Amino acid sequence: MILAIASGKGGTGKTTLAVNLAHAFGRPLQLLDCDVEEPNGQLFLPGDALVEEIVTIPVPQVDESLCDSCGECGRFCAYHAIVSFGAKALVFAEMCHGCGGCAKVCPQKAIREIPKRIGVVEKRKSGDIVLLTGRLDVGQAMAPPLIRAVKECLNQNMPAILDAPPGTSCPVIVTIRGADFVLLVTEPTPFGLHDLKLAVDMVRELRIPFGVVVNRVGSGDDRVHVYCRRENVPILAEIPDDRRIAEAYSRGNLIVEALPEYRDLFADLAKKLLKAGNGGGG
Amino acid sequence: MKKLVVISGKGGTGKTSVAASFAVLAERPVIADCDVDAADLHLVLAPRIRERHDFTSGHQAVIRQQDCNGCGTCSEVCRFEAVEKKNRENGAVTYVIDPVACEGCGVCVRFCPQRAIDFPESLCGEWMVSETRCGPMVHARLGIAAENSGKLVSIVRREARRIAEAENRSVIIVDGPPGIGCPVIASLTGATLVLVVTEPTVSGEHDLERVLALARHFNMPAAVCVNKWDINPEMTERIENMAGSSGAKIAGRIRYDRAVTAAQMQERAVVETKAPCVQDIQHIWKQLGL
Ligand code: SF4
Ligand code: SF4
Repeated sequence: MILAIASGKGGTGKTTLAVNLAHAFGRPLQLLDCDVEEPNGQLFLPGDALVEEIVTIPVPQVDESLCDSCGECGRFCAYHAIVSFGAKALVFAEMCHGCGGCAKVCPQKAIREIPKRIGVVEKRKSGDIVLLTGRLDVGQAMAPPLIRAVKECLNQNMPAILDAPPGTSCPVIVTIRGADFVLLVTEPTPFGLHDLKLAVDMVRELRIPFGVVVNRVGSGDDRVHVYCRRENVPILAEIPDDRRIAEAYSRGNLIVEALPEYRDLFADLAKKLLKAGNGGGG
Repeated sequence: MKKLVVISGKGGTGKTSVAASFAVLAERPVIADCDVDAADLHLVLAPRIRERHDFTSGHQAVIRQQDCNGCGTCSEVCRFEAVEKKNRENGAVTYVIDPVACEGCGVCVRFCPQRAIDFPESLCGEWMVSETRCGPMVHARLGIAAENSGKLVSIVRREARRIAEAENRSVIIVDGPPGIGCPVIASLTGATLVLVVTEPTVSGEHDLERVLALARHFNMPAAVCVNKWDINPEMTERIENMAGSSGAKIAGRIRYDRAVTAAQMQERAVVETKAPCVQDIQHIWKQLGL
């Protein structure tokens, strides 16, 4: 089963949920940190970085002795990542998506592709949990190819939890595509509800079964509950607004370890998810 | 004209609440919500929309089923796993493109031997110019599963600057996107100062390091404020030391205050209430010297 954890906006407790839930399953599983711009999972599940794999995307390199400045590459590229205004073609590698088109359309065969580093995938083990972390290099703009690289490391024979980036745009889609179930984490506040609605539209569009976890219950009002009832969206867990949780989180501690009274909450959620993942639907 | 970009590394650190407060405190600002993915500022500033514009970005490949002969070239050349093989009712093979996965590169369009692939522009969202009680505001809504939020961020940023120049306004307050990727990079262009709102947590510390590295990468002066600092005073100090030694200015601390959420419920900026943390935010605004 592949379970993705997402939220319309950041800071709703996605990572908290991912790491504590990973523990609560109490069996070997993989946790994929796909929030490659700000990966945090490893802060809560320490273990040595076992293997670090460099991730690259192919970008064009122009052989100037062959380029006759015809401009075909520049006319083709949808991202303005290669240009040739009557001069030798120039590559702007940070805008390149690595589609390979320019090399294919160049009549002079003057373009070849070379790998460009965009980040790394780190693999570590923390107890029963295999943690795969994608980490985008600072200054790099392209998160999706790195997320794809993290997902390629997935072992299909072991359950997996995917920690998605915040939002509803392409990096999130790349993460949750192919998941069996999505958990949307939100807060009972105006911001929380607004961003939850966007996230619900997104998973509905992708046709993936989903449920909601409301975090910091007690800090706002019941608007998220009202919405979920009206939309027939199951609320699978509620985590109270407890300053001790915030404090444990601030130190990098797992809630299930620092505050044992919350163990049942995560264990129950794990049970519900296993049921949903085994064909129960959302 | 000055431009302040408020970012957070990880989201949910109170960035939007802080930005909304600055919008109230600033004199004649233009406000730009560049968090186009999860735009929340309008929930506080209650904009009256004056203009709406479509945001189209790039193209989307679509295979005309009647012209596809099932050769599979598109699926071979696509590097984004966007082409899916399907069987027709009569059993023949055909291909369709998953609009969500297509990055609009156009390779399949160009190399389809049957020329069976259309490449229409894709509508990715909209951007708006509005009036708020604090001044004009530019904001946007990115369509679900849309790409290129960086480009939409750039539009919002440019439009805000245009208004500031036209109306002779002295400061632009930008609510920035989370992360360190394409949207954030797009929001930073032309900034006078970047304020990072962080939290005293291990993840806040980790994300802050990355955001500050990004600011340095673009030679951008940065300031840091720790929100909910009293949740973990030791961590707050550690973060401030780290930020200071990497060249960022320490702009101040904001206490843990439930009134921040209460203000949000009333659709007000925190500084429009009598919350205890108001003085913290006012102090930070003064420190920024904008
Ligand atoms: S590989 Fe594709 S995206 Fe990159 S420069 Fe060439 S045409 Fe543009
Ligand atoms: S336009 Fe590019 S990404 Fe889209 S289906 Fe064609 S080859 Fe794939």
